[in-house]
Amino acid sequence: MLELQHVGFVVPAEDGGKSEILKDVNLKVSERFVAITGPNGSGKSTVAKIIAGIEKPTSGRVLFDGVDITDLSITERAKMGISFAFQQPVRFKGITVKDLISLAAGSNISVATACEYLSEVGLCAKEYINREVNASLSGGELKRIEIAMINARGTKLSVFDEPEAGIDLWSFNNLIRVFEKMHERTKGSILIISHQERILDIADKIVVIADGRVAAEGSKSEILPELLNARSNCRVIEEVSK
Amino acid sequence: MAGLDSIQKTLLEQVADLHEMPEGAYSLRVDGEMFGKNSTEHIEIVKKTDKPGIDIYIKPGTKKESLHIPVLLAKSGLRELVYNDFHVGADCDVTIVAGCGIHNGGAEDSEHSGIHSFYVGENAHVKYVEKHYGAGDGNGKNLMNPTTEVFLEKNSYMEMETAQIKGVDSTKRVTRAKLAEGATLITHEKIMTHGDQVAETYFEIDLDGENCGAHVVSRSVAKDRSRQHFVSHVNGNNVCSGHTECDAIIMDEASVSAVPEIIANHPGASLIHEAAIGKIAGEQLIKLMTLGLTEKEAEEQIINGFLK
Repeated sequence: MLELQHVGFVVPAEDGGKSEILKDVNLKVSERFVAITGPNGSGKSTVAKIIAGIEKPTSGRVLFDGVDITDLSITERAKMGISFAFQQPVRFKGITVKDLISLAAGSNISVATACEYLSEVGLCAKEYINREVNASLSGGELKRIEIAMINARGTKLSVFDEPEAGIDLWSFNNLIRVFEKMHERTKGSILIISHQERILDIADKIVVIADGRVAAEGSKSEILPELLNARSNCRVIEEVSK
Repeated sequence: MAGLDSIQKTLLEQVADLHEMPEGAYSLRVDGEMFGKNSTEHIEIVKKTDKPGIDIYIKPGTKKESLHIPVLLAKSGLRELVYNDFHVGADCDVTIVAGCGIHNGGAEDSEHSGIHSFYVGENAHVKYVEKHYGAGDGNGKNLMNPTTEVFLEKNSYMEMETAQIKGVDSTKRVTRAKLAEGATLITHEKIMTHGDQVAETYFEIDLDGENCGAHVVSRSVAKDRSRQHFVSHVNGNNVCSGHTECDAIIMDEASVSAVPEIIANHPGASLIHEAAIGKIAGEQLIKLMTLGLTEKEAEEQIINGFLK
């Protein structure tokens, strides 16, 4: 469904030179759940932004359902069926939770429908539906609303950038259930950037990105033991740096 | 509505959300003349004899009643200054809807300047809503310069919502208020300017009485080459609380200045000011674009929400 071919991303560095954020990244996403993991600063979020069209790769191509979308805008990609949940959700003065969920759903949905999406992410709909998505909401609340929006979109591909951050009080089981229900409804792929073992544990495929490259890729049983081992002695990073 | 042409009806709809003459008390001013008025048992409207305008007397204890006083100007080149005085009796709970719509299809400037004075009695509760709207395809400008004077007696409450969203070329809005013991004033101002429009707003709030409080909030959007200037002076002269907030979105080649001033003349005065001016945050646009909106649609949503 989604394919990144030899994707590179280079930005100007502070010293006047160039900084290579991604190097020849090749990635295919067609499974139910695909998890991307790796150390901080390895380029995971950049991969997500390149998929959503927020960043443009400096080399390589991005294909979605066989169509080259490398030069398409964020809006065009969204309309084709790509959703993206931000790591740090955005606040809006005056725009309510219901407004955002309606925009995500693409129509002015009923209060009852909006409530369903909110209840699913553990928010009491009655309390939140008319709240402004402004600074009065906590980071955790915003994260859940962000997930509810992706749910309301129900697209073929949903990309989540560290969805677990900030929602500690809400059990991972619930978050995982949201992903499972989302898949049941969309029959699409869910790509999750995460450090959480329990999220990696539900993945059909795990992709390890380190130092801007795909350092390892495979099934949970292939990657997870090595990854957990690597966490204790940083083997993955050592291998990449060799 | 009998006697009004289609342009006037559109104006009335824009400024007062009215399709018909309202129920209850009203006064409608069209092209510089009193077009119609209706007093009720509790609300008396009297035409001034010494100058243009009306006196409105709301009897003490009047509850859940409303008063509409729209002004329409569809004749190009008309300039007027109108005095409206509102005497709100003690213990009232009323809503007052004012508004001015100008349609200027000619080459001369049209101007409406209203001086509204509110004398709000003890324990009274007033909600005042005012909308300004301009239209017309002539070269003449639409000018509106409203002045609002508010005198709040003991434990009274007034909430003002003012909006100027479209078509007013130049406005200078002045709001002055004096608050007695326990009185509360809340103002929400919304302004959007475009083209070469100029909007200035001044607030002068005297928090004189013990435990009185004011909350002055302005939200504005400046587009194209328009200019906005916001000034507020909140004077804390007793044990009181005051908050002034100006929040502006700036676009294109517009310019916005905000001068929120708080002056504490009493050690018991607790005053806060905030002012923020900035363009629409890129991440807000991006977020809405990831939901399938174009950049322009995203911008509209953000502005509509901001001025809602």
